[in-house]
Amino acid sequence: MSLRLLLALAWRESRFARRRLLLFLSAISLGVAALVAMRSFSAAMQDGVRGQARALLGADAALSSRQPFSTEAEALLDSVARAGADITRTTSFASMALAPRTGATRLVQVRGVEPAFPFYGTIETKPEEAWSCLRNSPCVLADPGLLISLGARVGDTLQLGEVRFLLAGTLEKIPGEVDLAAAFAPRVFIPRRLVPATGLVRFGSRVEYEALLRMPAAGAVEQLAEDHRRWLRAERVSIRTAEGRQRMLGEALDRLGGYLGLIGVVALLLGGIGVASAMSAYMKQKQGTIATLRCLGATSTQILKIYLLQAALMGLAGAALGVLLGLATQWVVPHLLASFLPVDLEIAFRPSVVIAGLLTGVWVALVFALLPLLDTRLVSPLAALRRQVEPVRLPGIDRWRWAGIGVMLGSALLLIVLQTGELRPGLAFSGGLLVTLLLLAAAATLLIRLAAALRLDSLPYVVRQGIGNLERPGNQTRVVVLALGAGVFLIATLFITQHNLLRPLERDDLATRANLLLWDVQEDQAAGVGETLAAVGFPLIQAAPIVPMRIAAVNGRPVRARTPDDFEGPPEGDAGDSGEGQPEGWAVRREYRSTFRDTIVASERLAAILEAKCGRGTGGADPPRGGAGDGGDGGAELFPRPCSTESDGEQLPPVSLETGIADDLGVGLGDQITWDVQGVLIPTRVASLREVDWARFEPNFFAVFPASVLEGAPQTWVLLTAVPAAEQRARVQRDIVQRFPNVAVLDLTQVQQTLDETLGRISLAIRFLAAFSIATGFIVLLGAISAARLERVRQSVLLKTLGATRSQIASILFSEYLLLGLISSAAGILLAVAAGAALARWQFDLEFSLPVAPLFWLAAAVTALAVSIGLLASREVYRRTPLEALREE
Amino acid sequence: MLIVRDLEKSYASGGRPLTVLRDVSFRVEAGESVAIVGPSGSGKTTLLGLLAGLDLPSSGSVRLDGTEISRLSEDERAKLRRYKIGFVFQSFQLMPSLTAQENVQVPLELRGERDAAPRAHRLLARVGLEERRGHYPAQLSGGEQQRVALARAFVHEPRVLFADEPTGNLDAVTGAPVVELMMELNRELGTTLLLVTHDAELAAQTRRIIRLADGRVVADSGANGR
Repeated sequence: MSLRLLLALAWRESRFARRRLLLFLSAISLGVAALVAMRSFSAAMQDGVRGQARALLGADAALSSRQPFSTEAEALLDSVARAGADITRTTSFASMALAPRTGATRLVQVRGVEPAFPFYGTIETKPEEAWSCLRNSPCVLADPGLLISLGARVGDTLQLGEVRFLLAGTLEKIPGEVDLAAAFAPRVFIPRRLVPATGLVRFGSRVEYEALLRMPAAGAVEQLAEDHRRWLRAERVSIRTAEGRQRMLGEALDRLGGYLGLIGVVALLLGGIGVASAMSAYMKQKQGTIATLRCLGATSTQILKIYLLQAALMGLAGAALGVLLGLATQWVVPHLLASFLPVDLEIAFRPSVVIAGLLTGVWVALVFALLPLLDTRLVSPLAALRRQVEPVRLPGIDRWRWAGIGVMLGSALLLIVLQTGELRPGLAFSGGLLVTLLLLAAAATLLIRLAAALRLDSLPYVVRQGIGNLERPGNQTRVVVLALGAGVFLIATLFITQHNLLRPLERDDLATRANLLLWDVQEDQAAGVGETLAAVGFPLIQAAPIVPMRIAAVNGRPVRARTPDDFEGPPEGDAGDSGEGQPEGWAVRREYRSTFRDTIVASERLAAILEAKCGRGTGGADPPRGGAGDGGDGGAELFPRPCSTESDGEQLPPVSLETGIADDLGVGLGDQITWDVQGVLIPTRVASLREVDWARFEPNFFAVFPASVLEGAPQTWVLLTAVPAAEQRARVQRDIVQRFPNVAVLDLTQVQQTLDETLGRISLAIRFLAAFSIATGFIVLLGAISAARLERVRQSVLLKTLGATRSQIASILFSEYLLLGLISSAAGILLAVAAGAALARWQFDLEFSLPVAPLFWLAAAVTALAVSIGLLASREVYRRTPLEALREE
Repeated sequence: MLIVRDLEKSYASGGRPLTVLRDVSFRVEAGESVAIVGPSGSGKTTLLGLLAGLDLPSSGSVRLDGTEISRLSEDERAKLRRYKIGFVFQSFQLMPSLTAQENVQVPLELRGERDAAPRAHRLLARVGLEERRGHYPAQLSGGEQQRVALARAFVHEPRVLFADEPTGNLDAVTGAPVVELMMELNRELGTTLLLVTHDAELAAQTRRIIRLADGRVVADSGANGR
């Protein structure tokens, strides 16, 4: 039989079922739409990054360091300059900005730039010519957000440290930087030559020095980076190139798009499950036709082909619908993610994305339709002769069926792995998804059983009948619950996680707790700042000295001699620093801002402590302490008591490490670390390990020394105080900034707001995509209603013949869909609570709490939608008269 | 043409085997017309299903035009039906989404024949439904539907036609012309006819009657030593 004839027969045979088939197969449309939108967005990002590569860095290459460049590094810059490269420098640090007109203050990131900055790309400002002002006058440009929080306007004076600047304009767009970067501390650009005059770069300040390079010849950049990266790293200078930055950004954005797109894949796979279920119901209705075809001599392969072609055609239509929807949606995604994007996006029609979307859609439709279609082989031709016929029994193992299952699971796996772009995470996600779906199916089954068990005689008949309908033969209840429940699960998990991440900031109400963090307080200022606070009635809650230091040696091996590969850890500074390198030796080379004290504080827990080994025969060794028992007992001793005997003369001073950093360094109790404290080497022994609750907004430290060891070292202070009212906080900050311009103040309530907003924006983007899953669930529901239409009409006709009124029939349907909505929500939320609790406990290390209100509203909305859609789609069931229905039979 | 030997068919019913046909043997020559009659539950339809290769016997054999059909796979039997067998069902079994003409074309199209449309058209004209060829089954009367089914059964000129209670869903007035038409076509095309019925009047129009009771052949008007 030729393809043409098969197509013709498939097309004709589908004549009265096309609308229904399209509905079944459009379950994949929303998944395809989400994928097309995300892929188009990813493609636009890649194009953007490629097209704007050099502007992203503003240079061909950049050298940066947390300390002034070493003589060797300066020598390298000199030689590069002699070879014809242009160099411009920036100096960046955090500081308080004060608007004298309004008296408001705000923590900002100051960046001192030279006139040549940037070599590539344009920094958009408002007014447009404002940038040139940085060349010749003491003026600044700032993020618009700063003006809002200071109540300032262009033309005002802005005080940074000892200098008053003219606020010349706002920064509208900085190539290569995400707007979000300014959320915690707005950016302020000043002329670099005025940095010293501000007096803000002092001992202990966290400053980043950067040299931007414009190379005379293309290709010289990569060579330069290649030749010098290794030794520069030892000098604590990192080098980035435009190409490296493009590659890294490209990969990061690819991953972002890939992972967000996974939500689309989930919607697509849920749609696939819906397709499988609806097709299965459809094929049951087609048994008579199939039996007749077999009597007329059609082989099982011919019949399979006929229905596969139908599925493919309708799948193509469903996918095309999805592609159109995706193309319409692709304009929405960049808006949702705007504050996370470092490049301008040009959304365009991309044929490759459209074709990929169509193929993916048709493939998923076919693969999921395959299993029910394989059942056509089981239809006996005898069914054309009589009603009750046993299905055909196939000899041996049904290889085709197993192959069908294999193709289905394999395709799902392939789709996910292709989406993540990496095998391992793809496999992990697939496994997680499978477990989630199995658990959801189990929860659905359990809840349906529970509902059936509750079908008490005391309930009105219509309710009992409605519950019974969920279990009618050939029902698709489980699949609908699975599809809807999965959407609910995704969104509920988001709500729960967001709630738990933000809760530590909200609990105990920040207004009455410590909420102002002051740092960069110089040793000679500490007392003055304390007095200033006390004068307005706000005592210090905590004060910790900070001594900057680095590691000189671990267990006797000097740090520079060790290969960086000996250590693992995140890259230094922001993710861009290491650009094209591996995250090497971060824990070893980072600057440690350590403190000294002898006791545990509330945010810490002693994990292990070294048993004091005093001289033989003294018998004075302390019993082992530490462990799980004495957590959080502020005031407990941090170090083992020193031996009373003088015999152990070479005893090293103890140091206490945070457990995570100890792991990164590869050291444990008893190991030796030599610290370089501003040129003075201090050998220590790791004497205790602490678990630190970093989620608490308190000064926390990787390394803590006994007071006796560090007291004399140059230090700055971190102070913590509590100022309840917002106006008081503003006033305190102003007073501090005016008296001590170099002291930085962080208002934790502001941090809370920013986090709240940021998480809100992220979760909005994810929720938007998750909505595709929920909507897919509703399409699956529509498909299920349509598939069971005939049985429902028969039932209602029978009931009407027996005297049921329309409103009674509507009530039966109402209770059915109400229950369906409730069960789906319950299954999804149940699983989300479990997932949310697991995430909070193991991923974020937080105490779990349930956001009851949003979950309630989610369940209410899903149930209301299920009832509305169910009643609307079934209106003919209660509208039609028995006679009409009988005639159609 | 059709040789049936020691045919037996049993089903598992409620866990116990239930024999619905036993020791059935007969042969039918080409061009013969045979009625299989018997009360409900006597095994008529089961026998028809076995003869047409819709089902497999528990034991015994059916040889159709020289081919032992119980040795064929499901798909080989389908191909045998495609080329050699025609069917008329009690409930017509037209495909609801296909027009009359398209329904008649199906056997030819399954064979991949390109002239399906003109041949189907000719046969529809022969059964008097040329004007109705664009109608769907739901738009046709019972008698018309069965005439379309007749056209479909004969369109590929099968060697054997199996008819299962062809007038079972029709009243006497509409049933008679359908039977007449079937017999005419049978004669014109020289088809072997096997029909299952409990309608004595219909059976009387065939040349031979095989009577079943309790799954056994109890009488065979043509069993002259064969």
